[in-house]
Amino acid sequence: MSVAHCGDFRQTYKDDMLVLRTRFIRIAVGAFVLLLYLSPLFSSNYVTSTMTTIAIAVIGALGINVVTGFTGQISLGQGAFMGVGAFACSYFMRVVHMPFWLAMPMAGLTSAAVGMIFGLPSARLKGLYLAIATLAAQFILQYVFMHLDAVTGGSNGIPSPPPEFGTFAFDGDRSKYYLTITVAIAAVIFTTNLLRSRSGRAFIAVRDHHLSAEIMGVNLFKYRLLSFAVSAFYAGIAGSLWGMYTGYISAEHFTITESINYLAMIIIGGLGSVLGSIFGAIFMTLLPQVLTVGTGALADIFPKIGFLIMSFKDGVFGIIVILFLIFEPDGLAHRWRMIKTYWKLYPFSY
Amino acid sequence: MEFYLQLVISGLVLGSIYALVALGFAIIFKSTSVVNFAQGELMMFGAYFCFSMVVQYKVPWIWAFLITILFSIALALVVERLILRPMIGEPVISIIMVTIGLSSVLRSIVTAIWGTQIQVYDPPLFPEATVNLVGVPTSQVYLWSFGLSAVLLALFAVFFKYSKAGVAMRATAFSNQVALSMGIPVKNIFALAWCIASVVSAIGGILIGSINGINVQLGHFGLKVFPAVILGGLDSIPGAAIGGLIVGVLENLSDGVLKTTFGLSGIKEVAPYVFLVIILMIKPYGLFGKKEIERI
Repeated sequence: MSVAHCGDFRQTYKDDMLVLRTRFIRIAVGAFVLLLYLSPLFSSNYVTSTMTTIAIAVIGALGINVVTGFTGQISLGQGAFMGVGAFACSYFMRVVHMPFWLAMPMAGLTSAAVGMIFGLPSARLKGLYLAIATLAAQFILQYVFMHLDAVTGGSNGIPSPPPEFGTFAFDGDRSKYYLTITVAIAAVIFTTNLLRSRSGRAFIAVRDHHLSAEIMGVNLFKYRLLSFAVSAFYAGIAGSLWGMYTGYISAEHFTITESINYLAMIIIGGLGSVLGSIFGAIFMTLLPQVLTVGTGALADIFPKIGFLIMSFKDGVFGIIVILFLIFEPDGLAHRWRMIKTYWKLYPFSY
Repeated sequence: MEFYLQLVISGLVLGSIYALVALGFAIIFKSTSVVNFAQGELMMFGAYFCFSMVVQYKVPWIWAFLITILFSIALALVVERLILRPMIGEPVISIIMVTIGLSSVLRSIVTAIWGTQIQVYDPPLFPEATVNLVGVPTSQVYLWSFGLSAVLLALFAVFFKYSKAGVAMRATAFSNQVALSMGIPVKNIFALAWCIASVVSAIGGILIGSINGINVQLGHFGLKVFPAVILGGLDSIPGAAIGGLIVGVLENLSDGVLKTTFGLSGIKEVAPYVFLVIILMIKPYGLFGKKEIERI
């Protein structure tokens, strides 16, 4: 284990730009990634497929964090943009006969284009008004999903063919997991790097004080639109992976509830933090499962009020979100930092 | 022609209810700068509570109505004290999220108590016989709803202009700090704003419930109010009324026209949002909204 200097010494520019600063962190992250790749070998199919959904959620959450956490534009349309990606990917594969590795980025770009259309009001608006524009996007897109039968299959939904690479088809739980986790890791790396670039710094400047940013030469409209596009691109990728994971896409999945889930993820995880998106995605994916098991067990013990308990599942979600906002407004990522600092100096508090 | 007239009339009725709910929304936004995504759930709660009173406990309408109003005041006080007050000073996104969380809590309480089936008021609030309005047969529910909404909107307009509490609320909306230093109890004003919003939403819920039946879908009505408030200007009370009426009529007309000419169904659900995007692109601060002027 290497020892870092006490204090925060960054003496060169290169040092300052390092993502993983000490050898210990590099080894730990490497080991974690290795563990992710090895885990399907010794865990059950259920765990593997849950981890696949978490990885998809991580991609979506990173996307909404770019627009909401970094650029400060509240987005209530992430679920619908995922839907655009899912249907587009399926369309490109079934009708245009593209291979998956081409259809997925194309779906991302389609979704980004749609995201930019609904980001257009950001030329003159910000904050709340934009949030409402994305809410409108959510409902308009939902309507399109239900009525554009040729592409989306209307209310019946449409199959999403499994990706093939040469003769190898990704149709098992494990192969889907490997594909998803690889894309998710790429998304994490890309986001981390995006934030160190000119665009990333511009995003943060727009969030912190848009007028000052404009005076500094940041084109507000361009970067707001760009953040919408990047966010929707991630959503499109997450959507096409979701289509691949379920094998069948129906419009019912991409509702306002899904969008709210994504917003909740980054708020619970931590706004403006890559780590926070990951924590939030894990938390929000596991929470319903824990609640289902918990309420199921309670309903077994008290069969008479089983209906009551089941209907409170939704409410518990709401309560958890409210409690988080009141008692842990900076999210899980902040708590994680606190825990790390505590153990770094343990048992001395200074 | 009669077809369109009918569309306009039912649009006006729908619009007047939009206007009521939008009024509640605008009051909360104006004085506390909270965007309330739980407005629809407040409607739903009021409608169901009134249903309980009228149908399950056989309370006469007039008393049921008054008890519902008292109940929605109590509900608003609890919500404001427990959930919104700790959030004062937090960023907009946290407050939006907290009201979204609140909406899912309220919705689950409603489904736990009343289930998910569509309920109807029995006996109905208004007589069922239709009356002739400029040659178009119109059900009395429509006329009463429109009238009641109009009266309430007028009452609140007077309240904000002349009563002491109304003036204090406008002062708070202008600036919390100045209001506080002038001796206005800002916390009480916040609570009052929530009470008014909850009461007008509950009344809106009862009216919509007696037109369409009461179900959990009422929650979505709260979201459809956004186009109305944006068109009127987010923080303008007369704007909410006019915006509500315009959106109601436009929604009904576009639904009718597109259904007969292109055979598109379900436009009603999405039309308000299309208007919303158009309004945002052309006139973002609405008809009467305050333009945000920022200085460094």
